[in-house]
Amino acid sequence: MSDFSISLDQFLFWVFAFIACGSAVLVVAIQNIVRMAFWLVMSLGSVAALFFLLHADLLGATQLLIYVGGTVVVLIFGVMLTASGPYMKIQTSAGELFLGAGVGALLLALLINSVCSTDWDALTLATSNTALPIVSGEVDNGGTARPLGLAFLGIRPDQDLGVTDVTKLSPGFLLPFEIISVHLLVVLVGAAYLARAKRRTVTAEPRS
Amino acid sequence: MPRLASDEVSRGSVFRLQTTCRATKSGSTEGFNEVEVDRRKRRIGRTADGEMILQSFIASKLGEAEGAAGWSVAIAAIVHAALLIALFGALPLFYIWLERKVAGRIQDRLGPTRVGGRFGWLQTLADGIKLIQKEDLAPTAADNWIFRIAPYLAVVASFAAFMVLPLAADLVAVPLDTGIFLILALMSMEVLGIILAGYSSGSKWALFGAMREAAQMVSYEIPMALCVLIPLVTAGTLSFREVAMLQDGLVTNWLIFHDPFTFFGFFTYFVVATASVKRAPFDLAEAESELVAGFHTEYSGLRWSFFFMAEYASMFAVSAIACLLFLGGWYTGIDAETWLVTPILNAVGLTADAGVGRLLMNLFGLHVMLIKASLLVFVQIWVRWTLPRLRIDQVMTTCLKYLVPISCFLFLGAVLWPLVLATAFGRTTLLEGPLATPLGVKVVRQAAFHAPAGKHNLAVSPHEGGVR
Repeated sequence: MSDFSISLDQFLFWVFAFIACGSAVLVVAIQNIVRMAFWLVMSLGSVAALFFLLHADLLGATQLLIYVGGTVVVLIFGVMLTASGPYMKIQTSAGELFLGAGVGALLLALLINSVCSTDWDALTLATSNTALPIVSGEVDNGGTARPLGLAFLGIRPDQDLGVTDVTKLSPGFLLPFEIISVHLLVVLVGAAYLARAKRRTVTAEPRS
Repeated sequence: MPRLASDEVSRGSVFRLQTTCRATKSGSTEGFNEVEVDRRKRRIGRTADGEMILQSFIASKLGEAEGAAGWSVAIAAIVHAALLIALFGALPLFYIWLERKVAGRIQDRLGPTRVGGRFGWLQTLADGIKLIQKEDLAPTAADNWIFRIAPYLAVVASFAAFMVLPLAADLVAVPLDTGIFLILALMSMEVLGIILAGYSSGSKWALFGAMREAAQMVSYEIPMALCVLIPLVTAGTLSFREVAMLQDGLVTNWLIFHDPFTFFGFFTYFVVATASVKRAPFDLAEAESELVAGFHTEYSGLRWSFFFMAEYASMFAVSAIACLLFLGGWYTGIDAETWLVTPILNAVGLTADAGVGRLLMNLFGLHVMLIKASLLVFVQIWVRWTLPRLRIDQVMTTCLKYLVPISCFLFLGAVLWPLVLATAFGRTTLLEGPLATPLGVKVVRQAAFHAPAGKHNLAVSPHEGGVR
């Protein structure tokens, strides 16, 4: 029974991991920009599926909403508004290819390094000792929303449950969250300023 | 991706890994087993009861053969996934017939009358068979591959919403804690198929339709999310199940009647939802009088029908969300569950809390839910054949100048309402007494019900304190 469930989860994990990587490769390899957008959706969506398989439901939903939904719609918007021909293609020059491959290899090296240097046993042990099941609702599907929400408010039952000294309570995430949201507001105001119709200071010249 | 809900399969290897690690490190597995048994009990009590019943039935037929338990889980999951897909297919079938019938009546015609008897109720099926027979065409100017794949994207996004949509207390494919958040994300992906369809068609009508749809969807997502937030801040949860559970009992418990902001929030939501499923008067993407047929101008046959399946299924989905968030979910609103269904179940020797009785209770809830959502779909159809189509600039004005400020105001009001009430009257709900249990009490009860019993001090037993 347990073998069955593990193999099913692992099987799905491999399937989605394969789709995510394969689609990412296709994004780079294909030159038609709308097809690239489609494969980007597939890649990002598969990453969301991986999050769901790992029971990070809020993260998976956010991935779908922000990346798959938002980014891709904006991307397609950009393509449609800027494309000069019917099916625009992107030609990558050899220099760009070389530069991109170099940056990609560096990032890969960084990721491999951090994966290898992490003590995964300690991490899983730390999370298993938390009191998350007590505060989260639908535990079996992750139930990460409630603990995350509480953590935003500064309530950290996963770390503070046994702590009696009030001065040693863990910090919440409210301040970083507010800083980020104010930052986003500034960006939005800036975008609105840039995009609005400019007021004409000079009157239009009379047509001859 | 159907959920293999019962027992082991539902839990991933991550949790297993964690608990196994802990058990090995502590040198004893006893505590772990206790937790495990506890979790399993709660799981059986809470969700996917139908699957549990079916699974145990299949398991009893399979006997003690090797791998029997796993197979019973798989078969039960496949049966339920098939039922969900059948629902997804059957709802558009019914609603398209309803649309034609209602449109006919509103225009002083009869609508379909012949196929399948008196009311022409097999008309959609006949249409479907006709559409399957049609040739699968793609224009030479089209980007063939995207042109062919776009309808699938629309229909998959629409179906994915059904996975997290609860149709009764225990009838939900994936009972997610963040169901509402996820369903908004999934439904916003339907636009992707439409944009790709319009773009790849190689036709200016289709491209215009797709551009309008893109602009409309991006704008209307904002008031949609804000309107959905109104009942969420009132209920204090992101889970569909919990929001609906708060609205049991009488109609006064429905969140639409909770305060003036949720009341107007419902109507704002319904307008925005109508726009988000691109129904008239917001159906600019397929405006027949200007754009031939908009984004699906070049489509024919089954691929064309996929767009309509997605549209009508999405109409049901947004209506069902409205029911769950504002209109009492799967509860009748006259408390028929208590004075009608439970006594009947008791009379035939079943209980509403467990086993077959619970399953029947869920089926009752499913029907209540389907009727409510279908009524809202009917209103959408009614609106479509009554109101004229807006111009695209009017659509954008409606959204950005009216609906966004209105929903922002309602959202702020819904947040401040309990504070104002608490200051003025010393309580957080308007109606108090036998008619409406204060929301805070319900939330605490639910928290107690959700927490594992016997593990901490919040232990109110599910039978006396929890949801029914």
